This record gives sequence, structure tokens and C-alpha cells, in this order.
Amino acid sequence: MWINWVNRQANILEFTLSSLLRRRGRNAALVLVYTAVVSVLASAMFFTHSIKEEAAMLLDGAPEIVVQRMVAGRHDLMPAAYIDAIRGIRGVSHVKGRLWGYYYDAAEKANYTLIAPEGLAPGRGNVAIGSGISRSRKAYEGDLMPFRAHDGSEMNFRVRKIISARSELVSADLMLLSEEDFRALFGIAPDRVTDLAVGVSNPAEVITVARKVAEALPDTRPILREEILRTYEAVFNWRGGLMAVVLSASVLAFVILAWDKASGLSAEERREIGVLKAIGWETSEVLRMKFFEGAVVSLSSFLMGVIAAYAHVYLADSVIFAPVLKGWSVLYPEFKLMPSVDFYQLAALFFLTVIPYTAATVVPSWRAATTDPDAIMRT
Amino acid sequence: MQIGRKTAWYMLFLGASLVLVMLIFAHAALTGPYYEEALEEKAAMVKALGLTDLCLFTEARYTRHPAMADLGTAFQDHPLSLEHFPSGSVIAPPRHLRNP
Repeated sequence: MWINWVNRQANILEFTLSSLLRRRGRNAALVLVYTAVVSVLASAMFFTHSIKEEAAMLLDGAPEIVVQRMVAGRHDLMPAAYIDAIRGIRGVSHVKGRLWGYYYDAAEKANYTLIAPEGLAPGRGNVAIGSGISRSRKAYEGDLMPFRAHDGSEMNFRVRKIISARSELVSADLMLLSEEDFRALFGIAPDRVTDLAVGVSNPAEVITVARKVAEALPDTRPILREEILRTYEAVFNWRGGLMAVVLSASVLAFVILAWDKASGLSAEERREIGVLKAIGWETSEVLRMKFFEGAVVSLSSFLMGVIAAYAHVYLADSVIFAPVLKGWSVLYPEFKLMPSVDFYQLAALFFLTVIPYTAATVVPSWRAATTDPDAIMRT
Repeated sequence: MQIGRKTAWYMLFLGASLVLVMLIFAHAALTGPYYEEALEEKAAMVKALGLTDLCLFTEARYTRHPAMADLGTAFQDHPLSLEHFPSGSVIAPPRHLRNP
């Protein structure tokens, strides 16, 4: 009994495939566009999912509270005396002044992030540089790097170490140097720091401590680690930025595609349905044939699109997105994202692409299949 | 059971595609340990240096350190100046600035 049923379906599928192959040029173009739409959407999905996951894992080690000083709506250097003021707040476990800033390298037209880390600096006159800087400046261990100081004088630093390329996602543009060199380069007074990293003994008290800091020092602005984490959760949000650009273009392309299908059948397709009905096909069989047609096109495109997207993001390092992501950055990290596939996201993409297209194929056919075959063939 | 030639080819294609999709999940799971080692290295660096942001876009302050951006960021160059770096249109502003 069921063998008969399977044979019947196989025959309908065979007929469907023959019918698709008869219009192979048109259908191949359709599959190509459809695959591209799915692939771009899935690439954006894979990319943003991986970045978000990696950011969440990495930035869990960020300072619990960062306190910045604001003057006229801009960050300003923080008096070191603020350290003691914050240390006096109950619940604060430690306060560290951070010394960091940006250096614009006019020769390379690139921005570097300079940090003078406490206890980890490479010693006076030396620097440790990220592999992004090393690549763009062609600077390697032992080389001298000239920098223009705040007073116009030249300062030379010897490259002691290139930070491992594996950590490029956080360190591509970093340059670590001693506190003395940092202050001399930028002309920062010894009683000033860039901002403060505050530790809180009890995680439940972080918000209270932040509030107390803002009350005690009204010209400061505390940023919680939770806010940092949320920033990266929302940074590639579907509502803004990359996802919106990709989504709107892809959805528009898809809507045009589906609309073209749903708005009616071609004369040839109508005649085909008429002939099938005239030679004894039932309406349900015609509909099944059309369902198979939609499913073959959309399922094939979906599967190929997802595979292409995975290869693009994780094997080819998002080569198509790179020009968009690089923007004006001369110094762009070359990082490999950790492959991470979210089954629910794939399922959502499946329901958003395969189901509407298949439905759009069946609906107009249903109208044609329920009409008198003679009338269809005469139109 | 009789299966036509075209159906057989299509089933073969479908089967191969499904296997490849399964392999995607397998690849993601199997390469995990390799990436975890690098991840630990990065996490240690974030902790030791007190880093707050990923190095994704180095073209402007607020795209290099979006978490450290403030409400003045949009007008950083001069009042009424429109934000003009391409990466600014790729990423959304931090949530805590949109709902202060």
C-alpha cells in the first residue's frame, strides 16, 4: 500500500524535475539568486552570532566598573586624587588608574591604541606591539619605531615583542609601553590618569557602588561591565547597522522573487496545468507537483546557501564582508572566528525562506488547478 | 519501488547537501578545542590589561571602543557634524546610550 504511495510521489517528483529542467535557464537563475540571498543572510547570522559569543566570553574579564571623567561632553584626564576618593566607598575592593590613549600614525594613516599596563610594561624605551601594527608598519622584534611626541620631538622605541597573532581580535592595534614613556609621549602630568578601573567585592553591589561614585564625583561617568557586555550583544543588533543593511536588501530581493511567483503563472505553466488536468490528473496531484516544484527550488537553495555561508564566514574569513567591516581602518585585525552554529537561528531562516516561497508557488497554481481545463487551455 | 533517473540524482544531491549541513555542526564542535586555547589566551590578555573592547574597527575612537563611547560622540567634531566613518553604519550604538 505505502509502496504504491511512494511510487506515486516519486513519479510526480520525476515529472516535476523534468518540468523544471525544461525551463532550466530560468530556474537555474532563480536558484542562483535564491542561494545568494540565503547565503548573505546566513553569513550575517553566523558572523554576528560568533562575534557576540566571543565578545561575551572575552569581555567577562573586563573591569567591573570603568570610571571616566567628562568635561564639556568629552572624556578628560582623571586626577589621581579621585583614586583615593573612590577607594573610600564601601564595597570597593580595588581602584587602578588606567593609562591609555590613541596615537595617529601619519605615515601609515593608522590609529594605534597605546596602553601603559601596570607591571606588564616592556621596560623604558621598549614596546610590545600587536601583530596588526607589526604587519602594517613592517616592524619586527629588535626594530626601532619612531614616534612624534606631543612637543614635536621624536621618540624612538625598540620593539621587544610582537603580541601573538592568535589574540588579534583584542590586540591587533595595541602598543604596550612603560608609564614613563607614555607620559613623555603625550605630555601627561604624573598626577593624571586616563580613567579608573574599579573592582567591587560583592557583585550584587556593583550598581550601588557605581551610583555612589557618580554622587561623590559628579563630573564622572561610571560604565559597568554589564553595560560593556550588553554593548557587544547589541552592537550587531538586527535593528541597526550591518544586519539592517543586509536584511533589508535580502528581504527586498526575496519579496520581489516571491511576488513574481505569487502574482501569477506564466501562460506556459497554465497550459501545462490544463493539459495535466485534461489527461486525468487530479487537482491534488497538480498541487503536489507545484508544491514539489517550490520545495525543490527553495530547499536546494536553502541548503546550498547555508553551506556557502558557513564556508564564507569560517573558512574564507568573511572575505565578502571584509571591505564593509574594514571601513576606513588601515589597520584591520585578521581574526578567525570561532565556528558557532545556532540551530534555532537556522530553523528561523528556514521558516522565513523555504516556507513562504513554497506557499507562493502553490497558491496561484491552486487557482489554475481548480478551473476547467478547457477554459485554462483556451486562455 | 521504481525511482526515476532524475529523482535519484536529486535525492543524491539532497542527501549530500544534508550531510554537508551535518558536517557544519560537526566542524563547529570539533574545532572548538583549537579555538578555546586561543580564546583563553585572549581572555587572559583582557583580564591582565583591563581591556574593555574588541579590536574590530580602528578608524575612530567610538568604533574602536564603542563601550567607552558617550553621549557627545555623535557631535565629536563640531556641533551638527554628521558621523561619517563607514563602520559607524555597520554597528549600532551601545544600548546604554540609546536608553540612558
